[in-house]
Amino acid sequence: MKDTEIKRLLSAHIVCVFSIILTTVVPPLFLENFSVLGTHLIWLCICSICVTTVNIILYIILKPNPSSKRISFAHKVTKFLKCCVFFFISCILFHGIIVLYGAPLIESVLETFLFAVLLSTFTTLHCLCMLGPNIQAWIRVFSKNGAMSIWDNSLQITTMCSIVGAWLGAFPIPLDWDRPWQIWPISCSLGATFGYVAGLIIAPLWIYWNRKQLTYKSR
Amino acid sequence: MQRWPVLLFLAWACFLFFSGIGLFTSGFLLMRIELTNRSSCSDPLAAPAWAGQGLAPGACWMPQRVPKAVLLIIDALAFEFARFDPAKARPRPYENKLGFLHQLAGSQPRHARLYRFRADPPTTTMQRIKGLTTGSLPTFIDVGSNFASYAIEEDNLLGQLVQNGRRVVFMGDDTWDGLFPQKFFRSYFFPSFNVKDLHTVDDGILQHLYPTVDGGEWDLLIAHFLGVDHCGHKHGPDHPEMAKKLAQMNEMLRSLVDHLGSDTLLLVAGDHGMTETGDHGGDSEKEVNAALFVYSKTPLFGAHRPEEPETIPQVNLVPTLALLLGVPIPYSNIGEVMAELFSGDGGDASAALRQLSAYRLNARQVDRFLHSYSLAAQDLPAERLRHLRELFSAALEEHDRLLAHVQEGLPASPELEARLRRLVGRFQRYLREARAVCMESWARFHPLRMVAGCALIAASCLLCYVASELAAALDFPYRSRLLYPLLWGLAVAAVLGLGQLLTREGPDLVLVSAWAAAASQLAFFWPSWGRRPRRAHLAGGQPPAASAGLWQRLRAWQGPALPMGLLFLRCCAMFSDSFVVAEARVAPFLLASLATLLVGKLHWRGRLTAPEAPKQPPGAAFYQKESWQLLGLLAVLLACLRLSGLFHQCREEIPRCQPSPCLAPLSSLQSTQAKNLFYLLCVASLAGLVCAVRRWLRHYGNLNSASPLVLFVRWAFPLLAVWIACYWAVTSGAEDTLGKLQELVQVALVGFPRAVYGLASLGLLLALWTPVTVFVKDSRESVGPIVTPYQGAPSSQAELLHVIPQIYRRMQESLKSQLDRGHRRATVAAYGLGSVYSAALVIVLTVLGFLLLILHSERMSLSFLLLFLEAFVLLRIHACVVSLAGDAGDLPVRRNGPPFVVPWYAVTAWVFAATQFFYSTGHQPTFPAIHWNAAFVGFQQGHSTHLLPAVLVGANTFASHILFAVGCPLLLLWPFVCEAPNSQRRKLKKELREELQEEEEPMMEMRLRESPERFSAALLQLGLKYLFVLGAQLLACVWAAMILRRHLMVWKVFAPKFLFEALGFMVSSICLLLGIFLVMRVDYAVSAWFERLQPR
Repeated sequence: MKDTEIKRLLSAHIVCVFSIILTTVVPPLFLENFSVLGTHLIWLCICSICVTTVNIILYIILKPNPSSKRISFAHKVTKFLKCCVFFFISCILFHGIIVLYGAPLIESVLETFLFAVLLSTFTTLHCLCMLGPNIQAWIRVFSKNGAMSIWDNSLQITTMCSIVGAWLGAFPIPLDWDRPWQIWPISCSLGATFGYVAGLIIAPLWIYWNRKQLTYKSR
Repeated sequence: MQRWPVLLFLAWACFLFFSGIGLFTSGFLLMRIELTNRSSCSDPLAAPAWAGQGLAPGACWMPQRVPKAVLLIIDALAFEFARFDPAKARPRPYENKLGFLHQLAGSQPRHARLYRFRADPPTTTMQRIKGLTTGSLPTFIDVGSNFASYAIEEDNLLGQLVQNGRRVVFMGDDTWDGLFPQKFFRSYFFPSFNVKDLHTVDDGILQHLYPTVDGGEWDLLIAHFLGVDHCGHKHGPDHPEMAKKLAQMNEMLRSLVDHLGSDTLLLVAGDHGMTETGDHGGDSEKEVNAALFVYSKTPLFGAHRPEEPETIPQVNLVPTLALLLGVPIPYSNIGEVMAELFSGDGGDASAALRQLSAYRLNARQVDRFLHSYSLAAQDLPAERLRHLRELFSAALEEHDRLLAHVQEGLPASPELEARLRRLVGRFQRYLREARAVCMESWARFHPLRMVAGCALIAASCLLCYVASELAAALDFPYRSRLLYPLLWGLAVAAVLGLGQLLTREGPDLVLVSAWAAAASQLAFFWPSWGRRPRRAHLAGGQPPAASAGLWQRLRAWQGPALPMGLLFLRCCAMFSDSFVVAEARVAPFLLASLATLLVGKLHWRGRLTAPEAPKQPPGAAFYQKESWQLLGLLAVLLACLRLSGLFHQCREEIPRCQPSPCLAPLSSLQSTQAKNLFYLLCVASLAGLVCAVRRWLRHYGNLNSASPLVLFVRWAFPLLAVWIACYWAVTSGAEDTLGKLQELVQVALVGFPRAVYGLASLGLLLALWTPVTVFVKDSRESVGPIVTPYQGAPSSQAELLHVIPQIYRRMQESLKSQLDRGHRRATVAAYGLGSVYSAALVIVLTVLGFLLLILHSERMSLSFLLLFLEAFVLLRIHACVVSLAGDAGDLPVRRNGPPFVVPWYAVTAWVFAATQFFYSTGHQPTFPAIHWNAAFVGFQQGHSTHLLPAVLVGANTFASHILFAVGCPLLLLWPFVCEAPNSQRRKLKKELREELQEEEEPMMEMRLRESPERFSAALLQLGLKYLFVLGAQLLACVWAAMILRRHLMVWKVFAPKFLFEALGFMVSSICLLLGIFLVMRVDYAVSAWFERLQPR
């Protein structure tokens, strides 16, 4: 059972990675003068939207945390609305945190906000898909012994990798190399993206190698 | 409790670092040996007289061409200031103001000429004066002695003139007094230190200049004007004030030329240029580009006139002036004569011959200097020297041949002229190459000393780490680990010192201390080396134990891995000039990361979530109350970090950077409304600081007793704040509005800061004298007043309301005590005993804060408020983390209160915060960014000594280092102070009520007194950890400076950074010692207090 789960996880992650690669390759075919560095904001939007849709589709297809209860339509709608609110709040929170870490406050607000949106898609959206708008479950998952399935494990890994990638992305900014990718927030968003991709690839492999040690508490 | 050994150990560790710093500095900043040789008239270099051209009596080396010269130095006269471009329609304030020079050069091209005068870096005034008089290249090390300029030991132009009986008269900048004591025939010095003062020096010179010139009792007259430079510092070049100043200079030149005789040479020179912000000191194009203007009433130059002004190095002035005045060229000169000034009248051939003789003299002098320099020091590369020698002798041979030709009396021919020109070219080439060789190699280092200093610092870091690990054990062997190394060090120092005393004239302090430090370090590490093999042998017998030990060691490393990793990142950042430049933003970033990761780690371990209760749904987790508090504190910390970025100063390396408006004094604000608003804000921040500290003290009961220190806090804190506010009010007022009250204002400007200094020092002394702030209520016998005096307005109703409950309570108490007398003995209640250590530290910190605050500009008080807030938040986070991390499971630890170990993350965060606030109090590790104004707070008239201004400026620069280092022991104390019975403990207590009955009251800091040995060990460990973290940064700096010594940015970025870091380390370590000493003093006083309590 575990092996099939890991395979599903792997395929889902590979789809995600491909979707990100496609966001860099496909838009130049339709848009003139498009490049990831040159028109970074457009790429940020495209990437966020693309990752969001792929994640939601995957969630609908795979249903990683099937619940036994039947849920009414109204309940689903409120859940969806709650998810939207959560996502928006997380964007604002990320924006605040990024500014507190030293991003410019007033100039390039749009860039910072889009970067926050990208980070939210890589982290919050994943959590919303897997766990729903349930803060207690989130708190539980992001602790040492909190994972209850391999999906939770992969959630931990991808989220941490994205955030660490964004953090590392801030390091080249002060260097005087005068490269186009040193402009705020390109290096950070690229770092977050690379971190996310790395997390997507690492998670199934790590789970596969540690499958013997991983035991999950039943609910 | 081991008090003195702990202090001695820390002082010893500091000494090890200091000796390492000293050794490295002596290798890194040493560049040039000053030769004490002097040129004299009888030197054999003098040219054999040309046919029919004997030397006039009284002249030496060359016939005197001008009997008198006036050297006007206009400080910071950049080339753009002197140039006149009539085509410019709308000149900037500093352009086209010296029209008289242009007029002279235009109307009398054979009499006047303008040059670009290239200064050699460092472009600070003292180095430039040295360069302008010795003809040599003063080096960076002298920048450090800018405060106290020392007399020039080398041969120099003034020395030569005096030696040959000429009269040198000086007026202007008093830096010259220090450089040339007793050299002047007559002198008029004016204070140069106050950069704000535009007119004192210039007006003083103008008052004396014309009478002196007319009097004629001089051969060289030097006048050094400072107004332009000070105007640049105060307003920048692009300011109407600069236009006024330059216009004044123009007028001065115009009338001076009228006063000059026809035999007098006039030289107008700038010693350096200035940047767009009016600063100087570095080597940027604008700073090195000064102007030189030469004028005489007799024709000087040939008919040929260059289109564009020529560029000449600054050192060229020295040989030129020396030969023109007919004195020997100073011995160590490496400049080249300005040939066109030697051409004189007559045909081209005779002019060339005269130039040739000047060049020949100059070349022989440089050759002689290089020869004796290469004998004294090995830093000039031998190969280049040999090449130079060849050039020189070839040129000399050719010269002799030509000389023979000329003496044969051959008629002047074009061919001879061409040969003369070629020869002049060869001499020129020789001189220029010699100068290039010197310039290259006087940026040369002493690699052995550098490596040794680096190794010494590294070993000291290791020692701090090892000793901090050892100190955790209770039975720290003070004797073997402190006494023997000390003895070894002293012995080596004594032997070396004696040896050097016997062989040389004086011991080399740096070397002696370095050897002593090395010896004592060896003595420290020796036992570890000796023990290791035995332990390894023992472990070899039991392999499983060894592997478990390794595993445990790895586990033990997991804790400090996070702060150590971030510290490593910070150290790596020292190796990149971009990161050093951007350090103001890097330090808060790392601190924020450290705090966030710390909280994240706690969360990951599940310490933030409440233990699972049966009623909560499965798969969910809730935060405890403390966790929310921790998250709130984290948010406040991040906000503090971000807000502190508003107070940054700019470095010139960062383009389009605007320095924080808060750095400017309030008086520079134009709008009155904004001024008032900011003033109120500053006063509010002062009041906030006072209130917060008093509130904290009152909360812990340290504000009740009647000891002098408490009275100081009650009365002197508000008074200090009021005085500072008054001082700000006086300084920020517009200068001329007060009119008649001017004298009163002057008194207030001096009086208020001095009163603050006095009162604050009184507070510090009180804190050392009676540091105990405990209020005792003795219920053993009913002493003391029944009713505490009422403090409000004496209206009867309120007073009654105040008094009656007290009387009632009193009656109740006496009744209760009568009832209890049978089975309960009387007790002594002490208020504030639980926080007695922290209270003393907090009071001292606040007093220090006031002291440092008044040295900064007004609006920096906001930054200081932020500093105190951030320090408080850091301490709270630390206490929170300690209590949360200890909460889970291991109860035995909890029962004894927080651990006696300060974890690495806290120490690292504390050091990062110190660095962060170095930048956030408006400083940068560059020389132009130093706040020199701090030296005049309370001393408007300047200083008579150099010590006091140095202390004031140093205290201003390292304010955050001082505060954080003194406050360092709070890291150990705070978890004890914050130890309050939390919900979980209370619950526990209910269960264990029987056992824990007597432990109802929180012990707080008295736990530390329970085990004095552990307390002293903990203090030692804390101090060593702090020194380690500081030392690691210093090591990275030193290493970067050593490895990157050929880097383009070494003199702009790495060397100043190293100097600031080293000074910061010294200040921090001394203040750390003071802080720990204060804790020990409190401990001693508390012991005495207990003893006094006992017999009663």
